[in-house]
Amino acid sequence: MRLLTHNMLSSNIKGVANGFPLRIEVEKVVEKQVDFNADFLKNMFAKIEWKALVDASRSMGYSELPGDANPSMLDSDDFLQKFHHALLELHLEEGALVCPETGRKFPVNKGIPNMLLHEDEV
Amino acid sequence: MSSRPELQAPPEIFYNDEEARKYTSSSRIIEIQAQLSERAMELLALPDDGVPRLLLDIGCGSGLSGETLSENGHQWIGLDISQSMLNIALEREVEGDLMLADMGQGLGFRPGVIDGAISISAVQWLCNADKSSHDPRLRLKAFFGSLYRCLARGARAVLQVYPENLAQRELILGFAMRSGFAGGVVVDYPHSTKKRKEYLVLTCGPPSLSAATPQGKGEQEESCSADEGSGDEENQTVCISDRHRPRKKQKITKKGKGREWVMKKKEQMRRKGNVVPPDTKYTARKRKARF
Ligand SMILES: C[S@@+](CC[C@H](N)C(=O)[O-])C[C@H]1O[C@@H](n2cnc3c(N)ncnc32)[C@H](O)[C@@H]1O
Repeated sequence: MRLLTHNMLSSNIKGVANGFPLRIEVEKVVEKQVDFNADFLKNMFAKIEWKALVDASRSMGYSELPGDANPSMLDSDDFLQKFHHALLELHLEEGALVCPETGRKFPVNKGIPNMLLHEDEV
Repeated sequence: MSSRPELQAPPEIFYNDEEARKYTSSSRIIEIQAQLSERAMELLALPDDGVPRLLLDIGCGSGLSGETLSENGHQWIGLDISQSMLNIALEREVEGDLMLADMGQGLGFRPGVIDGAISISAVQWLCNADKSSHDPRLRLKAFFGSLYRCLARGARAVLQVYPENLAQRELILGFAMRSGFAGGVVVDYPHSTKKRKEYLVLTCGPPSLSAATPQGKGEQEESCSADEGSGDEENQTVCISDRHRPRKKQKITKKGKGREWVMKKKEQMRRKGNVVPPDTKYTARKRKARF
């Protein structure tokens, strides 16, 4: 699972008011190269919760992203490269996603988060 | 063909290791799923600007449908309830992110962040009650409600479904409309039992021009109107557009004389300095057989 997905995911356990962002527990991170596409990044930027991306990439061992970002930075190639790397090339391979409100852990195995809810969480 | 898979076992049990492998190694299935996905992409009608979008593949299985999304250059997140199917997707090294999730529990995404969604041959599974705790109505409601919320305004979801009967089709469509979607059903090859395929084409957000249900290619006379958007069940417009292109014609498209081919030719002509009509959404659309 990449941070692109992490940035969109939110815990939907019944009764949870703010399930975003899921905290990341890292056991193993892998990097996979992805073709760079500036248009995609520029289009996505408005939808990204920047702070969550910065924190998530830090927890995955990547701390090159600036703490704050604004659309004017999208003109900088250096910025786009870092954004690209954090968003699309870092994979949480093993670990867990943790609901920020309830502490419920969603295990991640072989890069696949198990988001299935128990019956009493629906 | 034996009875419907949906009637045999819950999806996470029906699609076990053996079935998942069988499914994904059948060249017939691979071809059909690719065709369905291509058609869904077409109905999704994303802006023709070459910008990759973030899409969902709901009930992505082993990634046959997601592959079409990748081929079209998009990023995608696939979710499925069967670990065995997802394992095959891993083996096949699909480019999308995968999640083990049950769409009937609702999709856990932030509001308005997804640019479009497809689902190929999966949503009819929601009509079955596989556990005592399952109520198909509640699950359909959770699914469509959460799908509506996570899509960007104006975004579309195209769901190819195999409803068992009329009642199931209406049940599914009814919950889609009640969640706020506008749109309807597009039926391809309605007169062929084998080739007949249906797609729910849903648009998120206030009714607008773009919310009109698209028609089968070259079937403009089978027009239909957009839902008035009252969210009222009585008011929903079920659009059935007939699309019975003869087999032969489809073959030609497959050989490459589709939009891509036309665009390439037009580009070639342009480079030669010829006057070529501008590219629009009508470019390379099929014409009616007769006027
Ligand atoms: C016929 S397969 C299609 C897979 C893929 N879309 C394709 O085109 O090859 C149907 C898939 O829907 C999945 N499915 C059924 N019910 C589901 C649910 N409630 N949530 C998520 N996936 C589900 C099944 O596990 C199965 O992988």
